[in-house]
Amino acid sequence: MSESKSVHFSINGENVHVSDENKSTSLLNFLRDSLGLNQTRFGCGAATCGACTVLCDGQAIKACDKTLADLNNTTIETPESLGSAQNPHPIMAKLIEHQAVQCGYCISGIAMQMKALIDQKKQLSKHSLDLVLDNHLCRCGTHIRIKRAMQDLLGIEA
Amino acid sequence: MSIPVQLVQSPNMTDWLSFEPNRVQVMSGRVELGQGNMTALLQIAADELDVHIDQITIVGGDTRQTPNEGFTSGSLSITQSGMAIRWAASAARELFISTLTKKQQINRERVTVEAGFFYLDSKPTNQSYWTLLSEVDLNQKVEIFAKPKASANRKLTGVSVPRIDIAERIMGTPFVHDIVMPQMVYGRMVHPPCLGAKLKLFNDQSIKSINGVLGIWQDGEIFGLIAESTHIANLACERAHSKVEWSLPDQSPRDPVAAIRDSDEEVDLIHAAGDILSVSGNDFTHMVTRPYLSHGSIGPSAAVALFKDDRLEVWSHAQGPFPLRDALAMVLNMPATDIDVIHRPGAGCYGHNGADDVALDAALLAKAFPGRPVKVVWSRADEFRCAPLAPAMVTRLNVTLDQTNTIKKIDVLVNSAPHGNRPGRNGSPNLRAAAFLNPPLLPSRSNDIPLAGGGGADRNAIPLYDVPNVLVQKRIVHKLPYRTSSMRGLGAHLNVYAIETLMSKLAHQVNEDPFEFRLRHLSDARAKNVLQTLRAMISNLNISSDGEGVGTGIGFAKYKNTAAYCAIWVRAEVQERVRVTHALAALDGGEIINPDGAINQTEGGMLQSLSWTINEAIKFDGPVVATEGWLDYPILCFSDTPEINVQLVHQPDLPPLGCAEAAQGPMAAAIGNAVFDAIGVHVCNMPITHDALVDAALNES
Repeated sequence: MSESKSVHFSINGENVHVSDENKSTSLLNFLRDSLGLNQTRFGCGAATCGACTVLCDGQAIKACDKTLADLNNTTIETPESLGSAQNPHPIMAKLIEHQAVQCGYCISGIAMQMKALIDQKKQLSKHSLDLVLDNHLCRCGTHIRIKRAMQDLLGIEA
Repeated sequence: MSIPVQLVQSPNMTDWLSFEPNRVQVMSGRVELGQGNMTALLQIAADELDVHIDQITIVGGDTRQTPNEGFTSGSLSITQSGMAIRWAASAARELFISTLTKKQQINRERVTVEAGFFYLDSKPTNQSYWTLLSEVDLNQKVEIFAKPKASANRKLTGVSVPRIDIAERIMGTPFVHDIVMPQMVYGRMVHPPCLGAKLKLFNDQSIKSINGVLGIWQDGEIFGLIAESTHIANLACERAHSKVEWSLPDQSPRDPVAAIRDSDEEVDLIHAAGDILSVSGNDFTHMVTRPYLSHGSIGPSAAVALFKDDRLEVWSHAQGPFPLRDALAMVLNMPATDIDVIHRPGAGCYGHNGADDVALDAALLAKAFPGRPVKVVWSRADEFRCAPLAPAMVTRLNVTLDQTNTIKKIDVLVNSAPHGNRPGRNGSPNLRAAAFLNPPLLPSRSNDIPLAGGGGADRNAIPLYDVPNVLVQKRIVHKLPYRTSSMRGLGAHLNVYAIETLMSKLAHQVNEDPFEFRLRHLSDARAKNVLQTLRAMISNLNISSDGEGVGTGIGFAKYKNTAAYCAIWVRAEVQERVRVTHALAALDGGEIINPDGAINQTEGGMLQSLSWTINEAIKFDGPVVATEGWLDYPILCFSDTPEINVQLVHQPDLPPLGCAEAAQGPMAAAIGNAVFDAIGVHVCNMPITHDALVDAALNES
């Protein structure tokens, strides 16, 4: 792609065009500031905490270390695609059922990581689920509830 | 039943409740930090008012409308705000019923309430709180009318009502970081690297030239900027950091923990009983240390401020909206009445973190650029470097056993950097940016926290065990350059580690079961009960703790010696590092409003303490915090979390004790004791990393 061309991609099914001068913006800042999609959270800016996890062509990525220039012709899904309080995605419904939240700041990123697993129909063991969750940090100590909720969702024996 | 302490400052029903059409609103000065306290407070109010949960809403921490309840800290939301709300709600119920009975000339005993409607002899009437509202004056003292229900008559407390805020937290945008306002701009403060730093060289042309930077502000040694987007604000801030030069204070202990250990600053007497000098027998000494820690919230601190028409509005995730308002007033030289601080959720809060500091950052920029809301979100490096740290500590114990292997003397000395440097405490704002203004408003010398307030460094330093001769002293070490304040549990984390690892060490020394050794030194029936409950839980667990490198340990404390009782057992596998595989906890928190909430908080406390104890230490480069990101500061990961089971001791007739901070000390101690059981080595210096294991083994040998 030529440097002078704009970038095209889709976010939650909506087409997005970004002009050349804005291509160095991170996906995270673009989602939050330009589109008002604030459910993707800023945690570290260095792809180490997982709070900003979104899906890019079905793969979980960290939105803080991807610039818009990296995303041409991709499909982005954000936590806003996971339903609402009235109609939650099964991932969110399980988190609520298990009361797997304290502050909740890390959860939307974890939920997106789980969506990638479900969409890819990956079969996970309890241990491999833990390793996937290691892409995320939780500070409140809600790990075991999140694990239980996701084990329940994925049919992994606790 | 004594009057709840919060009713002294906010005595009237209208301070706590308002009746909207078909609804009731409860106001609490406490704030929701992710601990579920708003759900529990709402349960208490709904129970006393005999309304359904969905008929009632609650607002926390807002200087425009809630009572001033200081800080949400110390596991006191339920014991203080909760009891005030219980009394206020019961008073409102009784006042309404009294109005009805006088009007209809009927006896009080014939009236009941359901869903806010009155029933006469169990038959519905057309009268409700809302139909009588115009005839009732709620602006009266709670204590005149209060008649809280007996525990047997409560229906909604003691029940695991789902959190009222979870759906919004996981599928909404409740966080202060998420606030969007018309004309909003994005601010960043270019923070000096440490207290005492002086601005040596900076030319603002380098950031003025960035397209999208809307303004630069400077006062004294600090400067900041506003920009049209987060991207531009961050870019400009990074460029400013790369261009600016600071001169740093010449205070740089090579080993801060050793400096705390070796301090000769003044010692304060905390507690004395008997005469420790009169005792002779077998003496044992024990010394444990903890490094400086970070609060480490997953979302860096953030705030939004708007200065308009000589008034300042601040949206903040601070623990104390009212104290923050007063501290801002001090710095900005404004009447506090011209400032509103409105609580909005932040990422998890475990004490005095950067929330107040970033609120001042936003307020300074908002005042410099009036009329436009300014959102400031700290970077991860700001969060590690600029937020108050949890103090490093060193606790020493000397004990003497008599010929019956009974403890006759404990001599405790706690050396610690100061806790409790909260905004407005000790006469200064204690807000970071204020220390760099011209003239500077420097943090005052901390007095730590007195024992009557739960203690700071000395929290849980007085052993609960029956020992006739006790001396407890603390030495607050002021001479180190690092900014410290209160983090969850304060001194209890290390002091309980000290006492409980010593208790197990002594039990081992005299070849006695660690439960029996503790029980033999306890007369507090509730303390004994949680230990016995824990022992029963262990006996029901089907897991082998035999094998090389596998160990178990217990820890116990009554938090602050006045709050919840908590006993914890862990099983750990110790190879090149410590891996806790299982953890059990028994908790007596008195009356529990929401059992699942209490369990969630206890689980969280256990896991956070596990992380502190085996993983965490802030690094320094002279006077500057060198830790900048998660790679420098590893915290507990999902694959290292143990199986956990928490059992609550049911005490509905006893006062609630609060439970969010009860587990940290016992968990740390249980881990230390499990490590000793696994490898026969006492690890006295946290964090119990591979290096600490090796050091301890070398020292032991």
